[in-house]
Amino acid sequence: MGDGIYVKGLRAWFGETLVLKGVDLTVAPNAVTAIIGPSGCGKSTFIRCVNRMHETVPGARVSGQVLLNSEDLYAPGVDPVQVRRRIGMVFQKANPFPTMSVFDNVAAGLRLAGVRRKSRLQEEVERALRHAALWDEVKDDLDKSGVSLSGGQQQRLCIARALAVDPQILLMDEPCSALDPIATAKIEELIHDLKKELTIAIVTHNMQQAARVSEWTGFFLLGELVEFGVTKEMFTTPGDKRTEDYITGRFG
Amino acid sequence: MSPVGRRLVSTAVSGLTASAALLVVCPLLLIFGFLLYQGVSAINVDFFLHLPKPVGEPGGGVANAIMGSLIMIGLAVSIGLPVGILGGVYLAESRDRRLPWVLRFVADVMNGVPSIVFGIFAYTVVVLPMRRFSAIAGGFALGLILIPIVLRTSEEMVRLVPSALREAGLGLGLPEWKVSLRIVIPAARAGIITGVMVAVARIAGETAPLLFTALGNRFWHQGLDQPIAALPLQIYAYAIAPYDDWHRQAWAGALVLITLVFLASLAARLATRGRIVAR
Repeated sequence: MGDGIYVKGLRAWFGETLVLKGVDLTVAPNAVTAIIGPSGCGKSTFIRCVNRMHETVPGARVSGQVLLNSEDLYAPGVDPVQVRRRIGMVFQKANPFPTMSVFDNVAAGLRLAGVRRKSRLQEEVERALRHAALWDEVKDDLDKSGVSLSGGQQQRLCIARALAVDPQILLMDEPCSALDPIATAKIEELIHDLKKELTIAIVTHNMQQAARVSEWTGFFLLGELVEFGVTKEMFTTPGDKRTEDYITGRFG
Repeated sequence: MSPVGRRLVSTAVSGLTASAALLVVCPLLLIFGFLLYQGVSAINVDFFLHLPKPVGEPGGGVANAIMGSLIMIGLAVSIGLPVGILGGVYLAESRDRRLPWVLRFVADVMNGVPSIVFGIFAYTVVVLPMRRFSAIAGGFALGLILIPIVLRTSEEMVRLVPSALREAGLGLGLPEWKVSLRIVIPAARAGIITGVMVAVARIAGETAPLLFTALGNRFWHQGLDQPIAALPLQIYAYAIAPYDDWHRQAWAGALVLITLVFLASLAARLATRGRIVAR
């Protein structure tokens, strides 16, 4: 309960290009923090730095501090694999493992982490699927291929897969951008329920979505955090001209 | 262009491409038909179950050669498959630039090397030190031919796996090697199996590399360190012999060989049917 992310002076590069120019941001415990901004502003890169996914891209580099509670995730000797196990991620496009069934998709993280006992796996898979509000829809089709589900179900399957390994933080990179409004509503509802138990950071292009689901919002522009604050205040009385221009749709 | 003209052009182009496709399968059908015509009369139960008869005695079979071919293909696959597939994954996923480039180049050169060269190589490094022809030497030579084919097709297939799947695995907290082994390779499975079948079909018919290595044998095989029969060798031996009965058996042997390859490919296709390679 109550894990937070504290980012200090985060800079990130792709090759020679500096894409994050020193970001300080707090992802508050048991709340939803939305990251908004136009395409290419570095918001995806930002959350990919939090679970050390950024460095998996050839030529990518990071400097600065990312603290999970008080532990520096970029300290020497920290295993990025362990970091990713504690900080789950949901991607823009649903990406269930195509060769695995619904059950195996959710169990994948546990299995690969060494959980073998069948009863334990079944328990955890059901728990994760219930958590992701998908259990009732797939409980009779656990053996079907993960990619046979609808787009919205696939995305919730990916959320269940991330939840199954019991992460402290959940990062979501535009999780609804490929979904219709009904599927989007389901996921937003889910986010609302999930924040009771874990801490969520969500990147979104959709400002109404940011307003609906988050307590905190950060506005990124050209690799910098322009403004950060309580969502309600930010959308009613933005402090920066650029934020106002963006959320009123004048650019981006 | 008028609608009629457009339809005419469309029909003409479709016809052209269809006949090109037909032209491609024509040789295969002709060869298969000719083999059936020449060889089917010599095929009977004995042909599959019995050893060759001594010269002059009619009948007999090539059971030992079928067995020998299967054993050496098995050896070749057990050497070449792990090396080829893992190497292919390395080529596709490595961030290094130079070594993969060199390996790719070497593999492409190896694909073009005449198979007899692999036979001579196996003769030098396996047959001479062991001081005898053997199934191991034959399997080794065939394995060397198999590796570059499997390597290159595996690489291509692994490349087709969307990076989103890799990220999904990494994001779950899996180490990179587990992502490759448990997620990427299974996702590329259908394509890799197809590549392996192509390679197996190729080595199943290789004769030259076996001349220096397996040598051939008219009896059941005596152990992996002994000379061993193989279908292509038997076909070769029968085809150049001056006996009509042997000629018939050579045709029949060729028919059996091509049928085995055909069935193996078909089985691989059926086994991987409907699997997704890439989305």
